Amino acid sequence: MQTDVLHKGTAFGAPAAPDDRPRFEWAWIVIGACVLVTMYLALIPLGFLIWQSFFTPQTAEKAAQFTFSNYSEAYGSSETWRLFRNSLIYALGTSTFSFVVGTGLAWMNERTNTPFKTFFFALSLIPLIIPSILFTVAWILLASPKIGIVNLAIKDFLGIDTPLFDIYSMAGMIWIDGLHYSPMAFLLMSANFRSMDPALEESAMMSGANVLQVAWRVTLRLSWPAIFATILILFVRAIESFEVPALVGLPVGIQVFTSSIYQAVHRYPSQVGLASAYAVTLLAITTVGVYFQSRLSSRGSKYATMTGKGFRPRHIDLGRWRWFTASIFIVYFLLIVILPFTVLLWSSFQKFYSVPSWQALHNLTLDPYRFILTYPSLLRSVWNSLLLSVATATVIMLVTSVICWIVVKTKLKGRWILDNIASLPMVFPGLVLGLSIMIFYLNVDVGIYGTMWIMFIAYVTRFMPYGLRYNTTSMLQIHKELEESAAMSGASWATTFRRIILPLLKPGLVAGFIYVMIVSIRELSSSILLYSPGTEVVSIVIWELWENGQYVELSALGVLFILALFVLVMVAQWLGKKFGVKE
Amino acid sequence: MLRVEGLYTEYPNEKGEIVRAAQDVTFTVPEGKLFTLLGPSGCGKTTTLRSIAGLEKPRAGEIAVNERIVYSSSKRVFVAPNRRGFGMVFQSYAIWPHMTVFENAAFPLQVGEKRRSRQEIRDKVMRVLTAVQLDHLADREATKLSGGQQQRLALARALVMEPQLLLLDEPLSNLDAKLREKMRFELKRLQRDLRITTIYVTHDQSEALALSHEIAVMNEGRIIQIGSPRDIYERPASAFVADFVGSTNFLDGDVLGPDGGDGRYRVRTEIGEVSVHAPEALRAHEKVLVSVRPEDVELTEAKPANGVNVWEATVDQKVFLGEVVDFQVKLGARALLSRQHPSLRTPIGHAIYVQLNPEKCVALRAA
Repeated sequence: MQTDVLHKGTAFGAPAAPDDRPRFEWAWIVIGACVLVTMYLALIPLGFLIWQSFFTPQTAEKAAQFTFSNYSEAYGSSETWRLFRNSLIYALGTSTFSFVVGTGLAWMNERTNTPFKTFFFALSLIPLIIPSILFTVAWILLASPKIGIVNLAIKDFLGIDTPLFDIYSMAGMIWIDGLHYSPMAFLLMSANFRSMDPALEESAMMSGANVLQVAWRVTLRLSWPAIFATILILFVRAIESFEVPALVGLPVGIQVFTSSIYQAVHRYPSQVGLASAYAVTLLAITTVGVYFQSRLSSRGSKYATMTGKGFRPRHIDLGRWRWFTASIFIVYFLLIVILPFTVLLWSSFQKFYSVPSWQALHNLTLDPYRFILTYPSLLRSVWNSLLLSVATATVIMLVTSVICWIVVKTKLKGRWILDNIASLPMVFPGLVLGLSIMIFYLNVDVGIYGTMWIMFIAYVTRFMPYGLRYNTTSMLQIHKELEESAAMSGASWATTFRRIILPLLKPGLVAGFIYVMIVSIRELSSSILLYSPGTEVVSIVIWELWENGQYVELSALGVLFILALFVLVMVAQWLGKKFGVKE
Repeated sequence: MLRVEGLYTEYPNEKGEIVRAAQDVTFTVPEGKLFTLLGPSGCGKTTTLRSIAGLEKPRAGEIAVNERIVYSSSKRVFVAPNRRGFGMVFQSYAIWPHMTVFENAAFPLQVGEKRRSRQEIRDKVMRVLTAVQLDHLADREATKLSGGQQQRLALARALVMEPQLLLLDEPLSNLDAKLREKMRFELKRLQRDLRITTIYVTHDQSEALALSHEIAVMNEGRIIQIGSPRDIYERPASAFVADFVGSTNFLDGDVLGPDGGDGRYRVRTEIGEVSVHAPEALRAHEKVLVSVRPEDVELTEAKPANGVNVWEATVDQKVFLGEVVDFQVKLGARALLSRQHPSLRTPIGHAIYVQLNPEKCVALRAA
C-alpha cells in the first residue's frame, strides 16, 4: 500500500481535548416515546374491556356499578352454550377445511412436478387481496338457495325443485371462510415444505425406507410443529372472523361470539356489558390459541427443518397424474377467484339483481357504476380509507422498527416483555378491539370519539404485530457489527438509526408497509363499531349497501375495489423492487 | 499510548449464567506499536478489545489513551464508543451494503462532531482510498468488492478520521490463505509507516508472530504471558503458551539438579535424562514439563559426534508437507514429533538418531 500519501512518519492526529462529560442522548426520547405508545395502545383497551365487563352501563342518572350480572347473564342462559358450541364447530370446521385444502395444494406445489405450478403459486396469492366481505357476498350470490346462480343453474339442468346448496347453514359458513383462509394455509405449509432439508428425507430413503415410511416417519414428524401452528392460527382467525357469521349466519340465527357481540352492541338499549363479557370469553380463547401457536413456532427452531435456507428439494414425478393435480389447481382457482369475481362483475352490470340468461344479457347497464360513482359518501370514504391506511402503515413501520431494534439488538433487561406487549394485539379479534376502544374513549372523553383518530388508533393497535413481524425478520439479518462500526465511526444513535438501520431495514419496511396498508384498507370488523357519519371507510360503505339490499350497486363498488387493490399491490411491489436494497 | 488496568468484564449468557470474560487484564501499549491479543476462542480477547472500543462496558478497571481516560470504574467515567474517536476493523468488515465505496469511507467524517466541507471530506477520503489502493473503485457499490477489497475498505474507513488508536478484530480471518499472507505484509507496512498505535486480536499464532511488536497470550479471561514474538515462541512461560503458540512436544519430568549454571538443569523424563533450560529457578525433585518444538528435534542418520541429549530411535510415521517433512519417531514407547528438511529420506522402520539442543528444551514448572 502507498502509505506515503498519508502523512508519513508522524503519529496519527494530535491529541485533542475532547469533551468527555456524559451528554443527553436524543435516543432515550425516541425509544421512550415508542415504548410508551406501544404500551398505551396494547394495554389500555384490554384493561378497559375487562373493567367494563364487571360494570353496569354508565348513564346520565346512574353511575356505573360493580356487578357480576354481565357474566351471569352471559353464562346463565343455555343460549350461551349454544353460542359456544356453534363457535367451536365453526372454527374447527373452517380451520380443518382450509388446512386440508391448503396443505394439499402446498404439497402439490412444492413436492410434485405438477405443470405450471409457479404460475399457480402466483395466482393463489390473488385471493389474499379480495376483502372478506366481498368474498362472502359473492358466495351468497353464487349459492344462496333463492338467488344463487349455481343453485339455479343446477336446478334447471337436473330439473329438480329443491336447491342443491344452502349457503345459509353451518356448512355454508365453513365453506366460505374455509376457502377464504385456504391461501393462508397454503402459504404457511409451502414455507414448511420448502424449508425442510431434503437430505433428511433422502437419508431416510438411503436407510431403506420406502416412500410411505419416509412420509410418515420423517416428513410428517418434522412438520408436526408447523402443522399444529398452522391449524391453531387458522382456528384463531376463524373464531374471530366477523363477515361470514354476520352476513350468512345471522339471517338464519346461527350465532357465534363475534356476531353476538355485534348484536349486543346494536340492540336498543345497547348492552355493552354483555358484549364485553362475550368479548372477554372470546379473547380468552384466542389468547390460548395464539400462546400455543407462538410456543410451537419458537420451539420449531429446535427441529432442524427450519434453517431459513432455501433448499431445492426433489420433486416426485406424478406421471400422467400430474394433469390431474393441475386440474385440481384450476378448479381451486375457479372457486376462489374466477367464480366470485365473475358473479360480482355480472351483477354489477344489472339494473336489478338477476340470474344470467339471454333476457338478462340484453339488459346490461352501467347504472350501478353511475350510482356508485355519484354515491354521496363514496369519495369521502375512499379518501378516508387511503388516508387511514397510509398513516397506519407509516406509523406502525416506524414505531415497530424502534421496538424491534430494542428487542433484537439491545441487551436491555425485560425487552422480551416489550416484544410480548407489542404482539399482544394479535389476540384481539377486530370486533373485540373495536369494542374495547369504543368503551375506553366513551368513558375517557379526549374528543376523539366519532373522529378518524379513533379508527386510526384501532388500526395501529390491530396491525402493530404484523409490522413488528416484518421488521424483526429484516432486523435479524442486519449484522451487529454494521451498527457497531457506525458507532466506532463517531455516529450517534440517531444518526446510526437513520443512516444505517433504516436503509438496511428497507426490504422489511417496504414489505410490511404494503401488507399493513392492504389489510388496513380491507379492515371492517373493528371499524364497524367505531365509524360515524363522515368517517366511513370503503368497507363500511359496502356493508351499508348490503344492509340496504343494494346488491348491484354493491357489486359495482366491489369490482372497482378489487381492481383498485390489485393495482395498488402491483404498484407497491414494483416500487418495492425498484427502491428496495439491491442484492 | 494505551493503558489498560485491572479490567474485569462479565455478562450473562443465554442461560442467565454469569460469564467472566476478562479477569484482571492489565497492559500498556507504547505509542505507535502493534500489540496483539492472542488466544483460543472464548479466552476474552475480543471482549477486551470491545471494552477498549466502548462497545462493551466492563465491570471494573480503567482504560486510557494518551492519558485521556475513556473508562474508569473508580472515577465513574464511560465515554460512548462514538465519542472515543478510535478506528476499528470488524471481523465481518461491516461494510454497509447500501453505500458505495466512497460513501462508506466518508461516513466517519460526515457524522463526526466536527463540521467539514464537502471538499475537505473528498480530499481526505480519496487520500485514504489511495493508500489502500481502492481509489479507482470509489464509485463502485461496496457489495461488489472482493473479500480482500472489502477488508481494505474497512481499514480505510477506520483510518480516515486519523484515530489515535486502531482496533483490529481478526481482520484477516475471512480471507483465503494466499490473500491472508499478502495482507499480512501490507497491514504490517501500513502500521509501521503510519506509526499508529494498534491493538490486534487473533487466534492465529502465526499472524500474531508475524505482525506484532508485542503479544499478550490470553486464556480463560486472563493474560498468561506478555512478550515479544520471539520470547513467546522460544521462552514460553507456561505449558499453555507453549502448546498454543506453535506445536510442541511435552515431556513430563523430575528435576535432578542444576547442570552447570546459566539456568541449565538436568531433568529425568520418560526418555531418560535430559539437559534443559528453565526460565525460572528450579529446585531438585520438582515436577516439570519439558517443551521441545518439532523443528528443534534434530534427526541424523549418523551418530552425532558430541553427545548431549542424544538417543537412538526408529522412524514410525512420515508426513510430506512440501517445504518440510514431519517425522514421528519412537524412543521406546514414547513418540516425538520432528520437523525436517525434505532432503532427509530415512524410510519408515529404520533407526535414526535424535538430538535435542538443551537451549531449546524449555522446562516449565508443572501446574
